[in-house]
Amino acid sequence: MILNRDLVIIGAGPSGLCAAKMAAESGQKVLLIDRNPQLGGQLIKQTHMFFGSEKQYAKTRGIDIAKKLIDDVKNYPDLIEIWDNATVLGLYPDKVLTVLLGETYRKVQAQAIIVATGASEKVLAFENNDLPGIYGAGAVQTLMNVYGVKPGEKIVMVGSGNIGLIVSYQLMQAGVKVLAVIEAAPVIGGYKVHASKLQRLGVDIITSCTIKKALGQDKVESIITTRLNEKWEEIPGTEQEYDVDAVCIAVGLSPLTNLLAMLGCELKYISELGGLVPVLTNDYETTIEGVYACGDASSIEEASSAMVEGYIAGLTASKKLGKVHPDYDDLILDFRKQLEVLRSGPFGEKIRKGLAKLEGVRVGC
Amino acid sequence: MLNQKGYPSPEQVKTKFPDVKILVKPKAIVECYEKIPCNPCSTSCPFKAITIGEDINNIPIVDFDKCTGCGICVYSCPGLAITVCEVLDDKIRFKIPYEFLPFPKQGEIWSAVNRKGEVIGEAYIEKVTLTPRQDKTQLVQVLVDKDLLYEFVTIRSKVYE
Ligand SMILES: Cc1cc2nc3c(=O)[nH]c(=O)nc-3n(C[C@H](O)[C@H](O)[C@H](O)COP(=O)(O)OP(=O)(O)OC[C@H]3O[C@@H](n4cnc5c(N)ncnc54)[C@H](O)[C@@H]3O)c2cc1C
Ligand code: SF4
Ligand code: SF4
Repeated sequence: MILNRDLVIIGAGPSGLCAAKMAAESGQKVLLIDRNPQLGGQLIKQTHMFFGSEKQYAKTRGIDIAKKLIDDVKNYPDLIEIWDNATVLGLYPDKVLTVLLGETYRKVQAQAIIVATGASEKVLAFENNDLPGIYGAGAVQTLMNVYGVKPGEKIVMVGSGNIGLIVSYQLMQAGVKVLAVIEAAPVIGGYKVHASKLQRLGVDIITSCTIKKALGQDKVESIITTRLNEKWEEIPGTEQEYDVDAVCIAVGLSPLTNLLAMLGCELKYISELGGLVPVLTNDYETTIEGVYACGDASSIEEASSAMVEGYIAGLTASKKLGKVHPDYDDLILDFRKQLEVLRSGPFGEKIRKGLAKLEGVRVGC
Repeated sequence: MLNQKGYPSPEQVKTKFPDVKILVKPKAIVECYEKIPCNPCSTSCPFKAITIGEDINNIPIVDFDKCTGCGICVYSCPGLAITVCEVLDDKIRFKIPYEFLPFPKQGEIWSAVNRKGEVIGEAYIEKVTLTPRQDKTQLVQVLVDKDLLYEFVTIRSKVYE
Protein backbone atom coordinates (compact mmCIF):
# COMPACT_ATOMS: atom_id res chain seq x y z
CA MET A 1 0.00 0.00 0.00
CA ILE A 2 1.30 3.44 -0.82
CA LEU A 3 0.49 6.35 1.47
CA ASN A 4 -0.16 9.76 -0.06
CA ARG A 5 1.26 12.85 1.59
CA ASP A 6 1.61 16.40 0.28
CA LEU A 7 4.83 17.76 1.75
CA VAL A 8 7.35 15.38 3.29
CA ILE A 9 10.26 16.79 5.31
CA ILE A 10 13.17 14.42 5.91
CA GLY A 11 15.12 15.28 9.06
CA ALA A 12 13.85 17.05 12.17
CA GLY A 13 16.98 18.99 13.12
CA PRO A 14 16.74 22.77 13.41
CA SER A 15 16.37 23.13 9.64
CA GLY A 16 13.60 20.55 9.17
CA LEU A 17 11.71 21.75 12.27
CA CYS A 18 11.74 25.34 11.03
CA ALA A 19 10.65 24.25 7.56
CA ALA A 20 7.72 22.34 9.11
CA LYS A 21 6.70 25.34 11.18
CA MET A 22 6.62 27.72 8.21
CA ALA A 23 4.74 25.19 6.08
CA ALA A 24 2.12 24.80 8.80
CA GLU A 25 1.84 28.56 9.15
CA SER A 26 1.16 28.62 5.43
CA GLY A 27 -1.66 26.10 5.94
CA GLN A 28 0.30 23.26 4.35
CA LYS A 29 0.01 19.69 5.65
CA VAL A 30 3.36 18.11 6.47
CA LEU A 31 4.80 14.71 7.22
CA LEU A 32 8.00 15.19 9.25
CA ILE A 33 10.30 12.17 9.42
CA ASP A 34 13.36 11.60 11.62
CA ARG A 35 15.40 8.48 12.22
CA ASN A 36 16.04 9.32 15.86
CA PRO A 37 13.56 8.69 18.66
CA GLN A 38 14.16 12.27 19.78
CA LEU A 39 13.59 15.25 17.46
CA GLY A 40 16.07 18.12 17.33
CA GLY A 41 19.02 16.78 15.31
CA GLN A 42 22.40 18.05 16.48
CA LEU A 43 20.79 20.39 18.98
CA ILE A 44 19.93 17.68 21.51
CA LYS A 45 23.60 17.32 22.43
CA GLN A 46 24.58 21.00 22.42
CA THR A 47 24.71 21.98 26.08
CA HIS A 48 26.46 25.29 25.38
CA MET A 49 24.96 28.72 24.73
CA PHE A 50 24.61 29.50 21.03
CA PHE A 51 26.01 32.35 19.00
CA GLY A 52 24.18 34.40 16.43
CA SER A 53 21.59 37.05 17.04
CA GLU A 54 18.52 36.76 19.20
CA LYS A 55 16.38 36.11 16.12
CA GLN A 56 18.09 32.71 15.97
CA TYR A 57 17.95 32.17 19.75
CA ALA A 58 21.53 33.26 20.51
CA LYS A 59 22.66 32.81 24.15
CA THR A 60 20.16 29.98 24.56
CA ARG A 61 21.64 26.52 25.06
CA GLY A 62 21.22 24.20 22.05
CA ILE A 63 19.16 21.69 24.05
CA ASP A 64 16.70 24.45 24.96
CA ILE A 65 16.51 25.73 21.37
CA ALA A 66 15.50 22.18 20.38
CA LYS A 67 12.70 22.24 22.97
CA LYS A 68 11.40 25.55 21.62
CA LEU A 69 11.43 24.40 18.00
CA ILE A 70 9.75 21.10 18.88
CA ASP A 71 7.05 22.95 20.84
CA ASP A 72 6.47 25.19 17.80
CA VAL A 73 5.90 22.15 15.63
CA LYS A 74 3.66 20.40 18.17
CA ASN A 75 1.42 23.47 18.08
CA TYR A 76 0.06 22.23 14.76
CA PRO A 77 -1.15 18.68 15.50
CA ASP A 78 -3.70 18.86 12.69
CA LEU A 79 -1.21 19.91 10.08
CA ILE A 80 2.09 18.31 11.11
CA GLU A 81 2.27 14.53 11.34
CA ILE A 82 5.47 13.28 12.97
CA TRP A 83 7.19 9.96 12.39
CA ASP A 84 10.15 9.51 14.72
CA ASN A 85 12.31 6.39 14.78
CA ALA A 86 11.74 6.40 11.04
CA THR A 87 14.60 6.20 8.55
CA VAL A 88 14.13 7.20 4.95
CA LEU A 89 15.93 4.46 3.04
CA GLY A 90 15.30 5.52 -0.51
CA LEU A 91 13.98 8.32 -2.69
CA TYR A 92 12.73 7.36 -6.14
CA PRO A 93 11.60 9.22 -9.26
CA ASP A 94 8.08 10.63 -8.99
CA LYS A 95 8.86 11.45 -5.34
CA VAL A 96 8.26 8.06 -3.80
CA LEU A 97 9.97 7.43 -0.45
CA THR A 98 10.64 4.13 1.28
CA VAL A 99 10.74 4.44 5.05
CA LEU A 100 11.62 2.04 7.84
CA LEU A 101 9.17 3.13 10.54
CA GLY A 102 10.04 1.23 13.70
CA GLU A 103 9.93 -2.36 12.43
CA THR A 104 7.74 -1.83 9.38
CA TYR A 105 8.41 -0.67 5.85
CA ARG A 106 6.28 2.14 4.44
CA LYS A 107 6.04 3.58 0.97
CA VAL A 108 5.02 7.20 0.68
CA GLN A 109 4.02 9.16 -2.41
CA ALA A 110 4.87 12.84 -1.85
CA GLN A 111 3.95 15.93 -3.85
CA ALA A 112 6.99 17.83 -2.61
CA ILE A 113 10.00 16.90 -0.46
CA ILE A 114 12.36 18.91 1.70
CA VAL A 115 15.64 17.13 2.47
CA ALA A 116 17.07 18.40 5.77
CA THR A 117 19.19 15.39 6.67
CA GLY A 118 22.13 17.32 8.14
CA ALA A 119 25.72 16.12 7.84
CA SER A 120 28.10 13.26 8.53
CA GLU A 121 31.52 13.57 10.13
CA LYS A 122 34.69 13.46 8.08
CA VAL A 123 37.21 10.78 8.99
CA LEU A 124 40.96 11.14 9.27
CA ALA A 125 43.45 8.63 7.91
CA PHE A 126 46.26 7.60 10.30
CA GLU A 127 47.80 4.34 11.47
CA ASN A 128 45.44 2.34 13.72
CA ASN A 129 42.61 4.84 13.39
CA ASP A 130 40.20 1.93 13.88
CA LEU A 131 41.29 1.14 17.45
CA PRO A 132 38.47 1.27 20.00
CA GLY A 133 38.58 4.55 21.90
CA ILE A 134 38.97 6.66 18.77
CA TYR A 135 35.74 8.58 18.35
CA GLY A 136 34.20 11.23 16.16
CA ALA A 137 33.16 14.39 17.98
CA GLY A 138 29.50 13.60 17.40
CA ALA A 139 29.79 10.25 19.16
CA VAL A 140 31.62 11.82 22.11
CA GLN A 141 28.90 14.44 22.47
CA THR A 142 26.11 11.90 22.20
CA LEU A 143 27.72 9.67 24.84
CA MET A 144 28.32 12.55 27.25
CA ASN A 145 25.37 14.83 26.77
CA VAL A 146 22.57 12.48 25.72
CA TYR A 147 23.48 9.34 27.70
CA GLY A 148 25.68 10.74 30.49
CA VAL A 149 28.59 8.40 29.75
CA LYS A 150 32.22 9.54 29.89
CA PRO A 151 34.07 8.51 26.69
CA GLY A 152 37.38 8.22 28.58
CA GLU A 153 39.50 9.78 31.28
CA LYS A 154 42.39 11.24 29.26
CA ILE A 155 41.76 12.45 25.76
CA VAL A 156 43.41 14.36 22.92
CA MET A 157 41.20 16.42 20.59
CA VAL A 158 42.15 16.50 16.93
CA GLY A 159 40.81 19.65 15.27
CA SER A 160 40.40 23.20 16.56
CA GLY A 161 37.28 24.27 14.70
CA ASN A 162 34.33 25.35 16.81
CA ILE A 163 33.22 21.74 17.24
CA GLY A 164 36.64 20.61 18.51
CA LEU A 165 36.88 23.58 20.89
CA ILE A 166 33.33 23.31 22.22
CA VAL A 167 33.45 19.54 22.70
CA SER A 168 36.80 19.91 24.52
CA TYR A 169 35.19 22.37 26.92
CA GLN A 170 32.26 20.01 27.47
CA LEU A 171 34.68 17.12 28.10
CA MET A 172 36.40 19.18 30.79
CA GLN A 173 32.97 19.97 32.27
CA ALA A 174 32.29 16.24 32.41
CA GLY A 175 35.53 15.73 34.32
CA VAL A 176 37.53 14.27 31.42
CA LYS A 177 41.09 15.54 31.18
CA VAL A 178 41.79 17.05 27.74
CA LEU A 179 45.58 16.77 27.36
CA ALA A 180 45.76 18.92 24.22
CA VAL A 181 43.86 20.17 21.22
CA ILE A 182 45.95 19.69 18.10
CA GLU A 183 45.38 21.47 14.80
CA ALA A 184 47.12 20.84 11.47
CA ALA A 185 46.63 24.40 10.21
CA PRO A 186 48.94 27.17 11.46
CA VAL A 187 46.04 28.98 13.16
CA ILE A 188 43.10 28.00 15.35
CA GLY A 189 40.04 27.26 13.24
CA GLY A 190 37.20 28.21 15.55
CA TYR A 191 36.22 31.34 17.45
CA LYS A 192 38.97 32.64 19.73
CA VAL A 193 36.53 33.12 22.61
CA HIS A 194 36.09 29.32 22.66
CA ALA A 195 39.87 28.84 22.51
CA SER A 196 40.38 31.31 25.37
CA LYS A 197 37.93 29.35 27.54
CA LEU A 198 40.12 26.26 27.10
CA GLN A 199 43.44 28.02 27.73
CA ARG A 200 42.04 29.34 30.99
CA LEU A 201 41.36 25.75 32.00
CA GLY A 202 44.97 24.91 31.23
CA VAL A 203 44.24 23.01 28.01
CA ASP A 204 47.03 23.58 25.53
CA ILE A 205 46.20 24.23 21.89
CA ILE A 206 48.96 23.21 19.48
CA THR A 207 48.76 24.46 15.90
CA SER A 208 50.74 23.04 12.93
CA CYS A 209 50.44 19.62 14.55
CA THR A 210 48.73 16.40 13.56
CA ILE A 211 48.23 12.85 14.74
CA LYS A 212 50.62 10.34 13.21
CA LYS A 213 49.49 7.10 14.71
CA ALA A 214 47.65 5.49 17.55
CA LEU A 215 49.16 2.70 19.65
CA GLY A 216 47.53 -0.01 21.72
CA GLN A 217 46.54 -3.67 21.76
CA ASP A 218 42.79 -3.94 22.11
CA LYS A 219 42.13 -0.24 22.51
CA VAL A 220 43.99 3.01 22.15
CA GLU A 221 46.65 3.43 24.84
CA SER A 222 48.71 6.28 23.43
CA ILE A 223 49.13 8.41 20.33
CA ILE A 224 52.08 9.95 18.51
CA THR A 225 51.74 13.47 17.17
CA THR A 226 54.06 15.37 14.87
CA ARG A 227 54.52 19.03 13.99
CA LEU A 228 54.02 20.25 10.41
CA ASN A 229 55.91 22.88 8.39
CA GLU A 230 54.33 25.55 6.15
CA LYS A 231 53.99 22.96 3.40
CA TRP A 232 52.11 20.68 5.79
CA GLU A 233 55.02 18.20 5.78
CA GLU A 234 56.00 16.37 8.93
CA ILE A 235 58.99 17.86 10.73
CA PRO A 236 61.24 14.94 11.74
CA GLY A 237 62.14 14.77 15.42
CA THR A 238 59.05 16.63 16.61
CA GLU A 239 57.08 13.52 17.50
CA GLN A 240 55.42 13.54 20.88
CA GLU A 241 53.65 10.72 22.68
CA TYR A 242 50.52 11.19 24.77
CA ASP A 243 49.11 8.49 27.05
CA VAL A 244 45.38 8.53 26.37
CA ASP A 245 42.41 6.23 26.64
CA ALA A 246 40.43 8.11 24.03
CA VAL A 247 40.95 10.33 21.00
CA CYS A 248 38.33 12.63 19.58
CA ILE A 249 38.40 13.50 15.88
CA ALA A 250 36.74 16.79 14.92
CA VAL A 251 38.00 17.55 11.44
CA GLY A 252 34.83 18.71 9.77
CA LEU A 253 31.50 17.61 8.36
CA SER A 254 30.16 16.76 4.91
CA PRO A 255 26.54 17.24 3.81
CA LEU A 256 24.43 14.06 3.83
CA THR A 257 23.32 14.13 0.23
CA ASN A 258 22.96 10.44 -0.58
CA LEU A 259 19.16 10.63 -0.80
CA LEU A 260 19.42 13.60 -3.16
CA ALA A 261 21.96 11.71 -5.26
CA MET A 262 19.63 8.71 -5.43
CA LEU A 263 16.90 10.93 -6.85
CA GLY A 264 19.25 12.30 -9.45
CA CYS A 265 19.51 15.88 -8.17
CA GLU A 266 22.55 17.61 -9.57
CA LEU A 267 25.38 17.76 -7.01
CA LYS A 268 28.58 19.72 -7.17
CA TYR A 269 31.80 19.37 -5.20
CA ILE A 270 32.50 22.62 -3.38
CA SER A 271 35.06 22.23 -0.62
CA GLU A 272 34.08 25.51 1.10
CA LEU A 273 30.58 24.11 1.66
CA GLY A 274 31.82 20.77 2.98
CA GLY A 275 31.97 18.58 -0.15
CA LEU A 276 29.25 17.40 -2.52
CA VAL A 277 26.32 19.80 -2.29
CA PRO A 278 23.08 20.08 -4.23
CA VAL A 279 22.72 22.77 -6.88
CA LEU A 280 19.89 24.97 -5.60
CA THR A 281 17.76 27.87 -6.76
CA ASN A 282 17.22 30.93 -4.58
CA ASP A 283 14.14 29.14 -3.28
CA TYR A 284 16.24 26.17 -2.10
CA GLU A 285 14.78 23.95 -4.83
CA THR A 286 17.13 21.34 -6.30
CA THR A 287 17.40 20.60 -10.02
CA ILE A 288 14.38 18.31 -9.59
CA GLU A 289 11.17 20.28 -9.37
CA GLY A 290 9.42 20.04 -6.00
CA VAL A 291 12.49 18.67 -4.21
CA TYR A 292 14.18 21.08 -1.79
CA ALA A 293 17.27 20.95 0.45
CA CYS A 294 18.29 23.11 3.39
CA GLY A 295 20.52 23.23 6.46
CA ASP A 296 23.74 21.25 6.75
CA ALA A 297 22.48 18.93 3.99
CA SER A 298 22.89 21.78 1.52
CA SER A 299 26.07 23.34 2.95
CA ILE A 300 27.92 23.03 6.26
CA GLU A 301 27.25 26.13 8.28
CA GLU A 302 25.60 26.77 11.63
CA ALA A 303 22.30 26.02 13.31
CA SER A 304 21.44 29.71 12.98
CA SER A 305 21.62 29.62 9.18
CA ALA A 306 20.13 26.10 9.05
CA MET A 307 17.02 27.43 10.81
CA VAL A 308 16.66 30.41 8.50
CA GLU A 309 17.15 28.25 5.40
CA GLY A 310 14.53 25.87 6.77
CA TYR A 311 12.07 28.74 7.16
CA ILE A 312 12.64 29.76 3.55
CA ALA A 313 12.32 26.21 2.18
CA GLY A 314 9.12 25.70 4.20
CA LEU A 315 7.63 28.83 2.68
CA THR A 316 8.70 28.19 -0.92
CA ALA A 317 7.77 24.50 -0.96
CA SER A 318 4.30 25.31 0.43
CA LYS A 319 3.84 28.01 -2.18
CA LYS A 320 4.66 25.50 -4.87
CA LEU A 321 1.85 23.32 -3.52
CA GLY A 322 -0.56 26.27 -3.61
CA LYS A 323 -0.42 27.33 0.05
CA VAL A 324 0.98 30.83 0.32
CA HIS A 325 1.82 32.26 3.74
CA PRO A 326 -0.15 35.49 4.37
CA ASP A 327 3.15 37.36 4.98
CA TYR A 328 5.12 35.47 2.34
CA ASP A 329 6.92 38.39 0.72
CA ASP A 330 7.90 40.14 3.96
CA LEU A 331 9.09 36.93 5.56
CA ILE A 332 11.20 35.86 2.60
CA LEU A 333 12.79 39.28 2.50
CA ASP A 334 13.54 39.23 6.23
CA PHE A 335 15.00 35.70 6.15
CA ARG A 336 17.25 36.45 3.20
CA LYS A 337 18.48 39.53 5.04
CA GLN A 338 19.17 37.45 8.18
CA LEU A 339 21.28 35.01 6.15
CA GLU A 340 23.21 37.86 4.61
CA VAL A 341 23.99 39.33 8.05
CA LEU A 342 25.02 35.95 9.48
CA ARG A 343 27.43 35.39 6.59
CA SER A 344 28.82 38.92 6.35
CA GLY A 345 31.82 38.71 8.72
CA PRO A 346 35.26 37.15 8.24
CA PHE A 347 33.96 33.76 9.43
CA GLY A 348 31.31 33.89 6.69
CA GLU A 349 33.91 34.35 3.98
CA LYS A 350 34.29 30.65 3.26
CA ILE A 351 30.53 30.25 2.88
CA ARG A 352 30.29 33.34 0.68
CA LYS A 353 33.02 31.97 -1.58
CA GLY A 354 31.39 28.55 -1.75
CA LEU A 355 27.97 29.97 -2.50
CA ALA A 356 29.44 32.18 -5.22
CA LYS A 357 30.91 29.07 -6.86
CA LEU A 358 27.55 27.36 -6.63
CA GLU A 359 25.86 30.46 -8.06
CA GLY A 360 27.88 29.90 -11.21
CA VAL A 361 26.14 26.59 -11.86
CA ARG A 362 22.73 27.50 -10.50
CA VAL A 363 19.66 26.95 -12.58
CA GLY A 364 16.39 28.78 -12.81
CA CYS A 365 17.36 32.07 -11.21
CA MET B 1 49.25 34.46 20.29
CA LEU B 2 45.51 34.75 20.01
CA ASN B 3 45.44 32.99 16.63
CA GLN B 4 47.92 30.24 17.53
CA LYS B 5 47.25 29.68 21.20
CA GLY B 6 43.91 31.24 21.94
CA TYR B 7 44.93 33.70 24.64
CA PRO B 8 45.39 37.43 24.07
CA SER B 9 48.68 39.28 24.62
CA PRO B 10 48.97 41.54 27.70
CA GLU B 11 48.76 44.57 25.36
CA GLN B 12 45.53 43.29 23.83
CA VAL B 13 44.07 42.74 27.29
CA LYS B 14 44.82 46.32 28.32
CA THR B 15 42.92 47.73 25.32
CA LYS B 16 39.74 46.35 26.86
CA PHE B 17 40.21 48.09 30.24
CA PRO B 18 39.24 51.69 30.94
CA ASP B 19 41.47 53.95 33.01
CA VAL B 20 41.94 52.59 36.53
CA LYS B 21 40.18 55.67 37.96
CA ILE B 22 36.99 54.65 36.20
CA LEU B 23 37.21 51.24 37.87
CA VAL B 24 36.40 52.62 41.31
CA LYS B 25 32.92 51.66 40.17
CA PRO B 26 32.31 48.17 38.74
CA LYS B 27 32.57 48.04 34.93
CA ALA B 28 32.24 45.32 32.28
CA ILE B 29 35.49 44.19 30.64
CA VAL B 30 34.46 42.67 27.30
CA GLU B 31 37.27 40.52 25.97
CA CYS B 32 35.99 39.84 22.51
CA TYR B 33 38.82 40.44 20.04
CA GLU B 34 37.52 38.94 16.86
CA LYS B 35 34.68 39.62 14.44
CA ILE B 36 32.16 36.83 14.92
CA PRO B 37 28.41 36.76 14.20
CA CYS B 38 27.22 37.24 17.78
CA ASN B 39 25.49 39.93 19.83
CA PRO B 40 23.83 38.75 23.07
CA CYS B 41 26.12 40.98 25.18
CA SER B 42 24.64 44.01 23.53
CA THR B 43 21.00 42.86 23.46
CA SER B 44 21.09 41.63 27.07
CA CYS B 45 22.40 44.86 28.65
CA PRO B 46 19.50 46.70 30.30
CA PHE B 47 21.46 49.97 30.20
CA LYS B 48 22.40 49.81 26.51
CA ALA B 49 26.05 50.10 27.50
CA ILE B 50 27.37 47.65 24.87
CA THR B 51 27.11 48.53 21.19
CA ILE B 52 27.52 46.14 18.30
CA GLY B 53 25.17 47.66 15.78
CA GLU B 54 23.31 46.43 12.72
CA ASP B 55 26.15 44.14 11.58
CA ILE B 56 26.33 41.53 14.33
CA ASN B 57 29.91 40.73 13.28
CA ASN B 58 31.15 44.02 14.73
CA ILE B 59 33.32 43.95 17.83
CA PRO B 60 31.39 45.04 20.95
CA ILE B 61 32.20 48.48 22.36
CA VAL B 62 31.47 49.35 25.98
CA ASP B 63 30.28 52.78 27.08
CA PHE B 64 31.76 52.88 30.59
CA ASP B 65 29.59 55.87 31.50
CA LYS B 66 26.46 53.81 30.99
CA CYS B 67 27.73 50.51 32.45
CA THR B 68 26.58 49.92 36.03
CA GLY B 69 28.53 46.69 36.49
CA CYS B 70 25.32 44.72 37.03
CA GLY B 71 26.82 41.56 35.53
CA ILE B 72 23.92 40.51 33.29
CA CYS B 73 26.15 40.46 30.20
CA VAL B 74 28.64 38.25 32.07
CA TYR B 75 26.34 35.24 32.07
CA SER B 76 24.66 36.12 28.75
CA CYS B 77 27.83 35.92 26.67
CA PRO B 78 28.12 32.48 25.01
CA GLY B 79 31.86 33.05 24.70
CA LEU B 80 32.24 33.59 28.48
CA ALA B 81 34.36 36.56 27.43
CA ILE B 82 33.08 39.15 29.91
CA THR B 83 33.98 39.92 33.52
CA VAL B 84 33.05 42.86 35.75
CA CYS B 85 35.96 44.56 37.45
CA GLU B 86 36.04 47.00 40.38
CA VAL B 87 39.16 48.39 42.02
CA LEU B 88 38.78 48.67 45.83
CA ASP B 89 41.25 50.23 48.27
CA ASP B 90 43.30 47.13 48.88
CA LYS B 91 41.77 44.47 46.63
CA ILE B 92 40.13 44.01 43.26
CA ARG B 93 36.65 42.64 42.97
CA PHE B 94 35.72 40.59 39.90
CA LYS B 95 32.45 39.06 38.81
CA ILE B 96 33.12 36.09 36.57
CA PRO B 97 31.08 33.39 34.81
CA TYR B 98 31.67 29.82 36.00
CA GLU B 99 30.30 26.53 34.61
CA PHE B 100 32.11 23.73 36.49
CA LEU B 101 31.62 21.39 39.40
CA PRO B 102 32.21 21.62 42.28
CA PHE B 103 30.39 24.94 42.76
CA PRO B 104 32.39 27.53 44.66
CA LYS B 105 30.86 28.52 48.02
CA GLN B 106 30.89 31.83 49.79
CA GLY B 107 33.87 32.21 52.14
CA GLU B 108 36.08 29.65 50.37
CA ILE B 109 39.53 30.39 49.05
CA TRP B 110 40.17 29.21 45.49
CA SER B 111 43.12 29.59 43.17
CA ALA B 112 43.27 32.68 40.99
CA VAL B 113 44.09 31.75 37.39
CA ASN B 114 45.40 33.77 34.42
CA ARG B 115 44.52 33.60 30.72
CA LYS B 116 47.05 30.81 30.10
CA GLY B 117 45.52 28.68 32.83
CA GLU B 118 48.36 29.26 35.32
CA VAL B 119 47.74 29.74 39.03
CA ILE B 120 48.79 33.28 39.97
CA GLY B 121 47.46 33.68 43.50
CA GLU B 122 44.36 33.26 45.57
CA ALA B 123 40.76 34.32 45.15
CA TYR B 124 38.36 34.84 48.05
CA ILE B 125 34.81 33.84 47.11
CA GLU B 126 32.53 36.70 48.22
CA LYS B 127 29.28 35.63 46.66
CA VAL B 128 27.85 33.06 44.24
CA THR B 129 24.57 33.56 42.41
CA LEU B 130 22.64 31.20 40.19
CA THR B 131 19.13 32.34 39.33
CA PRO B 132 16.96 30.63 36.67
CA ARG B 133 17.58 33.66 34.48
CA GLN B 134 21.29 32.90 34.47
CA ASP B 135 20.52 29.61 32.72
CA LYS B 136 23.06 27.45 34.60
CA THR B 137 26.00 29.87 34.31
CA GLN B 138 27.01 30.90 37.81
CA LEU B 139 28.07 34.43 38.58
CA VAL B 140 30.92 34.32 41.07
CA GLN B 141 32.09 37.44 42.88
CA VAL B 142 35.69 37.22 44.11
CA LEU B 143 38.37 39.36 45.70
CA VAL B 144 41.95 39.13 44.43
CA ASP B 145 45.20 40.98 45.10
CA LYS B 146 45.68 44.38 43.50
CA ASP B 147 48.59 43.40 41.27
CA LEU B 148 46.39 40.88 39.47
CA LEU B 149 44.26 43.53 37.73
CA TYR B 150 45.30 42.64 34.17
CA GLU B 151 46.20 39.04 34.99
CA PHE B 152 43.24 37.46 36.73
CA VAL B 153 40.55 35.85 34.63
CA THR B 154 39.08 32.83 36.42
CA ILE B 155 39.19 30.57 39.47
CA ARG B 156 40.09 26.94 40.00
CA SER B 157 39.20 24.67 42.88
CA LYS B 158 42.21 23.85 45.05
CA VAL B 159 41.04 20.25 45.00
CA TYR B 160 42.50 20.00 41.48
CA GLU B 161 46.03 20.98 42.34
C1 LIG C 1 29.76 20.58 18.83
C2 LIG C 1 28.90 21.43 17.96
C3 LIG C 1 28.69 22.74 18.33
C4 LIG C 1 27.88 23.57 17.56
N1 LIG C 1 27.68 24.86 17.99
C5 LIG C 1 26.87 25.69 17.27
C6 LIG C 1 26.61 27.03 17.73
O1 LIG C 1 27.09 27.48 18.79
N2 LIG C 1 25.82 27.82 16.96
C7 LIG C 1 25.26 27.36 15.81
O2 LIG C 1 24.52 28.12 15.16
N3 LIG C 1 25.50 26.10 15.36
C8 LIG C 1 26.29 25.24 16.05
N4 LIG C 1 26.53 23.96 15.61
C9 LIG C 1 26.04 23.55 14.27
C10 LIG C 1 24.62 23.03 14.26
O3 LIG C 1 24.42 22.07 15.26
C11 LIG C 1 24.27 22.46 12.89
O4 LIG C 1 24.65 23.37 11.89
C12 LIG C 1 22.78 22.23 12.77
O5 LIG C 1 22.35 21.26 13.70
C13 LIG C 1 22.37 21.77 11.37
O6 LIG C 1 20.98 21.58 11.35
P1 LIG C 1 20.27 20.59 10.33
O7 LIG C 1 18.83 20.62 10.69
O8 LIG C 1 20.65 20.97 8.96
O9 LIG C 1 20.91 19.16 10.59
P2 LIG C 1 20.92 18.21 11.89
O10 LIG C 1 20.81 18.96 13.13
O11 LIG C 1 22.09 17.33 11.69
O12 LIG C 1 19.59 17.36 11.72
C14 LIG C 1 19.43 16.39 10.70
C15 LIG C 1 18.37 15.39 11.12
O13 LIG C 1 18.08 14.55 10.02
C16 LIG C 1 17.90 13.23 10.46
N5 LIG C 1 18.15 12.32 9.34
C17 LIG C 1 19.29 12.22 8.59
N6 LIG C 1 19.15 11.28 7.63
C18 LIG C 1 17.90 10.77 7.77
C19 LIG C 1 17.16 9.76 7.08
N7 LIG C 1 17.68 9.10 6.03
N8 LIG C 1 15.90 9.48 7.50
C20 LIG C 1 15.37 10.15 8.55
N9 LIG C 1 16.01 11.11 9.22
C21 LIG C 1 17.27 11.42 8.84
C22 LIG C 1 18.87 13.09 11.60
O14 LIG C 1 18.48 12.08 12.51
C23 LIG C 1 18.82 14.48 12.25
O15 LIG C 1 17.91 14.54 13.30
C24 LIG C 1 27.31 23.08 16.36
C25 LIG C 1 27.53 21.75 15.97
C26 LIG C 1 28.31 20.92 16.75
C27 LIG C 1 28.51 19.48 16.32
S1 SF4 D 1 27.64 44.91 33.46
FE1 SF4 D 1 25.46 45.36 33.25
S2 SF4 D 1 25.42 47.50 32.66
FE2 SF4 D 1 27.50 46.84 32.34
S3 SF4 D 1 27.56 46.24 30.20
FE3 SF4 D 1 27.10 44.40 31.38
S4 SF4 D 1 24.88 44.25 31.38
FE4 SF4 D 1 25.42 46.35 30.77
S1 SF4 E 1 28.17 37.98 23.53
FE1 SF4 E 1 30.30 37.55 24.10
S2 SF4 E 1 31.15 36.41 22.37
FE2 SF4 E 1 29.24 37.37 21.65
S3 SF4 E 1 29.92 39.33 20.75
FE3 SF4 E 1 29.38 39.74 22.89
S4 SF4 E 1 31.30 39.52 24.02
FE4 SF4 E 1 31.62 38.57 22.01
